[in-house]
Amino acid sequence: MTDQTTTSAERPSALREFWYYFSENRGAVFGFWVFVAFVLCAAFAPLLAPYDAAEQFREHILLPPAWQEGGDWAFPLGTDPLGRDMLSRLISGSRYSFFVGIVVVSIAASGGILIGLLSGFAPKIVDTVIMRVMDIILAFPSLLLALVLVAILGPSLTNAMIAIAIVFQPHYVRLTRASVLSERQKDYVTSARVAGAGLWRLMFITVLPNCLGPLIVQAALSFSTAILDAAALGFLGMGAQPPTPEWGTMLAESREFILRAWWVVTFPGLAILVTVLAINLMGDGLRDALDPKLKRS
Amino acid sequence: MFRYLLARLATFLPTFIGVTLISFMFIRVLPGDPIIVMAGERGISEERYQELVVKLGYDKPVLAQYWDYLGGVVQGDLGTSFVTKKPVWDEFFALFPATLELSICAMIFAMALGLPAGVIAAVNRGKFFDRALMSSALIGYSMPIFWWALLLIIVFSGNLGWTPVSGRIDLLYYFDDVTGFMLIDSVLSGQEGAFKSAARHLILPTIVLGTIPLAVIARQTRSAMLEVLGEDYIRTARAKGMSPARINGVHALRNALIPVVTVIGLSVGTLLAGAILTETIFSWPGIGKWMVDSIFRRDYPVVQGGLLMIAVIVMIVNLTVDVLYGVINPKIRKR
Repeated sequence: MTDQTTTSAERPSALREFWYYFSENRGAVFGFWVFVAFVLCAAFAPLLAPYDAAEQFREHILLPPAWQEGGDWAFPLGTDPLGRDMLSRLISGSRYSFFVGIVVVSIAASGGILIGLLSGFAPKIVDTVIMRVMDIILAFPSLLLALVLVAILGPSLTNAMIAIAIVFQPHYVRLTRASVLSERQKDYVTSARVAGAGLWRLMFITVLPNCLGPLIVQAALSFSTAILDAAALGFLGMGAQPPTPEWGTMLAESREFILRAWWVVTFPGLAILVTVLAINLMGDGLRDALDPKLKRS
Repeated sequence: MFRYLLARLATFLPTFIGVTLISFMFIRVLPGDPIIVMAGERGISEERYQELVVKLGYDKPVLAQYWDYLGGVVQGDLGTSFVTKKPVWDEFFALFPATLELSICAMIFAMALGLPAGVIAAVNRGKFFDRALMSSALIGYSMPIFWWALLLIIVFSGNLGWTPVSGRIDLLYYFDDVTGFMLIDSVLSGQEGAFKSAARHLILPTIVLGTIPLAVIARQTRSAMLEVLGEDYIRTARAKGMSPARINGVHALRNALIPVVTVIGLSVGTLLAGAILTETIFSWPGIGKWMVDSIFRRDYPVVQGGLLMIAVIVMIVNLTVDVLYGVINPKIRKR
């Protein structure tokens, strides 16, 4: 998504064109605004949250949401088993999820694009070796591999992010390589080469910008998958550790209260679902707008 | 066809070697000495330590160790569990039917709802049904299934009391494994109510595990159907005056199924990853829960062996799907 803004700085018409196609999908626009709200929430969490996420109100343990009997408007979404304000914890939690998404996508995408470019331009042997290695990583179910990597590295949010980024990398490698291979055949690449462009220039300046479309869509989709997987690891006790108000970890902590206090279980999951859903809606719109095959020109 | 098969096998072998290499390395890159970990809290005498080093082959060069490991794997020797002292291979196959049963049920659930949903959405493109179904599919696709499981437990087990919360069958019933599938074994045992109990235990885990495949299948069926519905032979069928039900249900769906079947085959990995979460939540005694428990118990041979077995299963299924795809669609073979 950041790529979009940087290209737009040079070519304002590209952004307008993009927005034209993107806004045809109403769901995508809706997802985009929810995502913006999520980013703002993460950015201004300390200002928005009524209390500190770790502050315990011992006299208000497991208070139901305000609209229910026994609720208190001082704690709109109720309190958890330690008397911490749910709303404040959810708002702080958005920071972790946003952080996970950004870090995982940056690591996986930059590494994957680099390896994919190399693979697309390298001699056949190197290409084959790289693709076999990627096949090997893809043979493991992603969550399982992430889980085992975290078992090696030790459970923490940072290690969970590293593990998820490693697991996601092959998708970017394959996608980049496939686009590079098809772009390389085209005349403009040949002409650039004839004009004397070096290998690095060919890779990064001539070819890469033309491969970005599917990569941006992939980035959006893996942003949401990263949030889901990090939450799943947190839920299994292998991600962020308590008392971090990460949404998955919050769910794990509140599991034993599910039949007594529905709100401690419902809200963190709802937060994950709404965020992931918004990003996926946006991803569908991005695909419509950036996939040249679907464009009605 | 034979050449196609050979070509696919040629990519299978290096991947298999690579997968064994990764699972071999797993124990060696762990922080700490595996023998000390195995000894646990009590510690270990120097003498016994040396004995174990020789027994486990840690005194040999790494390449020789890998060769031994590979030799063992090919013969079904995945080491012994630190905790239960049983061979990992035996443990895996004792628990695998539970996961298989759950996965099959989840897949049937996903296909039984996903295929019709996709067809209905495609036929009513742009109308209310299409929007409603595809919105639900997107929600299902975005669902954190561990949360979904908890919600279902709150509603169906907590509020309504319809379904049990954990396990495969009530403790009331006991019978020996015949097939390992609780639904079949409970019938074979002849005990009254056993089948009903097993089925009730299956409902929630099936829904939870099947949700994401359901969403994926519905979306995939819809887009495949839309593509097929624009083809000339559909127009011909319409012109012949064939009933819409027959056109959509037979002519279109059959051709749309090819990409869908691929997606179904390739979602085995997703299914096994989902099984990790689903089994943990519902205390389902399958390999997903076994893996998570072993990670927490630091039972590294189990984690190592399980990792390898799961990867190999995913690879074999993918290979089979590829080959079947070649059988169904001769165009693929030529590539």
